[in-house]
Amino acid sequence: MAEKLVKPYGDTLNDGRVQLSFTLPVALDDAAKEGARQLAMMMGLAEPAVVHAEDMGQDFSFFIVYGQCKHQVDLSSIKVSRPEFETLDKEGVNRLIAEKMRRKMVVIGACIETDAHTVGIDAIMNMKGYNGHKGLESYHEMRAINLGAQVDSEDLVKRALEEKADVILVSQIVTQKNIHLDNLTRLADLLEAEGLRDRVILIVGGPRISHELAKELGYDAGFGTRTYAEDVASFAVHEWIKRNST
Amino acid sequence: MTRLHLDQAQIDRARDSARRIARSVFEQMKPFTTTTVERATLRLLGIDGVDENMVPLPNRLVSHLQEQDLLQHGAAAIVVGAMIERGCTAQQVAEAVAAGKLTMRRHKGEEAIRAASEAEARKMCEHIARQRARRDSEIKSVGESRRPWLYLIVATGNIHEDVIQARAAAEQGADIIAVIRSTGQSLLDYVPYGATTEGFGGTYATQENFRLMRAALDEAGARVGRYIRLTNYCSGLCMPEIAAIGAMERLDMMLNDSMYGIIFRDINMKRTFIDQFFSRMVNAYAGIIINTGEDNYLTTADACEAAHTVLASQLINEQFAYLSGLKPEQMGLGHAFEINPEMENGFLWEIAHAQLVRQVFPEASLKYMPPTKHMTGNIFRGHIQDALFNVVSTLTQQDIHLLGMMTEAIHTPFIQDRFLAVQNAKYVFNTMRDLHAEVEFRRGGQIERRAQSVLSETELILADIERMGLPQAISKGMFAEISRKADGGKGLDGVIAKSGDYFNPFPNLMLAGGQ
Repeated sequence: MAEKLVKPYGDTLNDGRVQLSFTLPVALDDAAKEGARQLAMMMGLAEPAVVHAEDMGQDFSFFIVYGQCKHQVDLSSIKVSRPEFETLDKEGVNRLIAEKMRRKMVVIGACIETDAHTVGIDAIMNMKGYNGHKGLESYHEMRAINLGAQVDSEDLVKRALEEKADVILVSQIVTQKNIHLDNLTRLADLLEAEGLRDRVILIVGGPRISHELAKELGYDAGFGTRTYAEDVASFAVHEWIKRNST
Repeated sequence: MTRLHLDQAQIDRARDSARRIARSVFEQMKPFTTTTVERATLRLLGIDGVDENMVPLPNRLVSHLQEQDLLQHGAAAIVVGAMIERGCTAQQVAEAVAAGKLTMRRHKGEEAIRAASEAEARKMCEHIARQRARRDSEIKSVGESRRPWLYLIVATGNIHEDVIQARAAAEQGADIIAVIRSTGQSLLDYVPYGATTEGFGGTYATQENFRLMRAALDEAGARVGRYIRLTNYCSGLCMPEIAAIGAMERLDMMLNDSMYGIIFRDINMKRTFIDQFFSRMVNAYAGIIINTGEDNYLTTADACEAAHTVLASQLINEQFAYLSGLKPEQMGLGHAFEINPEMENGFLWEIAHAQLVRQVFPEASLKYMPPTKHMTGNIFRGHIQDALFNVVSTLTQQDIHLLGMMTEAIHTPFIQDRFLAVQNAKYVFNTMRDLHAEVEFRRGGQIERRAQSVLSETELILADIERMGLPQAISKGMFAEISRKADGGKGLDGVIAKSGDYFNPFPNLMLAGGQ
């Protein structure tokens, strides 16, 4: 493929002009200002100019710097690994559920076994969500049941049966000596034993969880940090459609 | 001051509805107490500390009273009975129970015990009154800013780091420092103990953390020449206890909504209604300004479609606040600048909503919240959104102004984000200081008509809520489009029916003396 080299554009092609701003933890003086300029040079900016410098008090100073980026990048050589599903927004998820399932999707979530930290499951499930991303409770086409902390795997499975859950969402935040792996395996085994495994979409989330790890443990998907409700919801609804369209 | 033409009779009717709504809930909750109300009572009697497993002694003692089937009489009289019998302090009673050396029982001589309880309770009331007087004298001597007061947040997750950030924020221009507590604390059925250096998105609200931050802000205030107010969260399963420790340590504001926990934390409504009454009573007595959380409705529901639910909820919050003895100036009723920036004339509707709230609550210390829902990673647009928010705040004479951060939706603020936010607000407030007195709303114009229509919708929804009762209204999802059932949610097991001889010395002392 032909090379496609690009660098930042200010007002002339390939001028490489960029802006940045940052704080240094020192009071403002000439040395601090020159330091800011030299830092910008080390960042790969040619001819950096500190266009604004201001003392912020408490031994902090603020800088706005312009400079020329020396680097360029070949876009033709870049490969982006795409997720296997398209992340929709809340309305998109609701629409898809209404259209394809023609009933509410039931999602049951919990922190299982030893874990008492609901920050993750709450961020995904609770109405308020996280970082401005509303949780699954706010999805009109979902019935989201958050069982909270330290839920025994048996109780979770029992409740999933009662509620006819389409999706089981498990969070594992705090773990010592990899106990989260034992907990997660236990739940997967239990679902298998109950003959439920194929009937539910099983998802796990947490800071130490990756998609690969989740697959290894027999889950359908794993989500790490920087995951929001719409990511989980989008995966779930796409997975449901995939399973039910054949 | 420029004013919208509003129908005062309509405002009065809406307020009357809200009064009856709150009164009805209050009457229904009167026969009950909760475990945390009793723990707060014990804290106010001087019980503090934890056992060897870090379980707070107020929790140990209340659990013991439950096991002995005594809690329904009220913890105070039982504990004071034991104090008299043993000639010791409340703390010593708690320690003896926690050590398994003492089993609580009822004592004879109810009249004498009640009198002694009141005398014990009066000691703490006097301490809190002194804290209140101290606040007044600090404000008198170091001064305070003109309103809107700039409200800044610190949330490092470590109280010692929070202290450093709070000092820097005061230096940069903050009038109010809010210390964010750890995610999840609202669902803990106990108050953690001691100075804490961990947490998610903030560290724990503890009495020691309150004390450390208070001392730091007193010192910072003396240096910058204005009193710096301290805020924390008085919501969740331990509202009354947080109020108690906040009153002891001279916090100035508390996030203390009558319905927030029910709606956004799925805490049982009975539990919350009982707890909010007691916690607000303590806040009222301590001279604390409460902040209500209606801004949250607009992050869930649409800011235009749900505008009337904000006003309706504020009116209900106001009436609950009156029942707890709060004065109008102690009511930081919350609302927010959350209309989609893409909406044509959205700025006009923001002005209409903010001015409407200002006129319906002329004496309240209104809390105005910045855009969050429609903040993106585009920090340049975000800075403009925040500037427009600052314009509305000064134009409509808001009181407590939570600073918008251009990096909202990206990360917790960098130090320069706060710095630029303060600059933005100060620039707008200063350059437009008297604009509100120089312009008038066009009679019958779009802004006025919008405010009138929100007011009309508010009257209607309050009439609806009054007909069905507040619990039913919440279960129908009338606030924030979230439905909570009367017997659902966390903490219902902590609701205790009072026996006929239930006694608590604090309501008498605090409701009468909160002037």
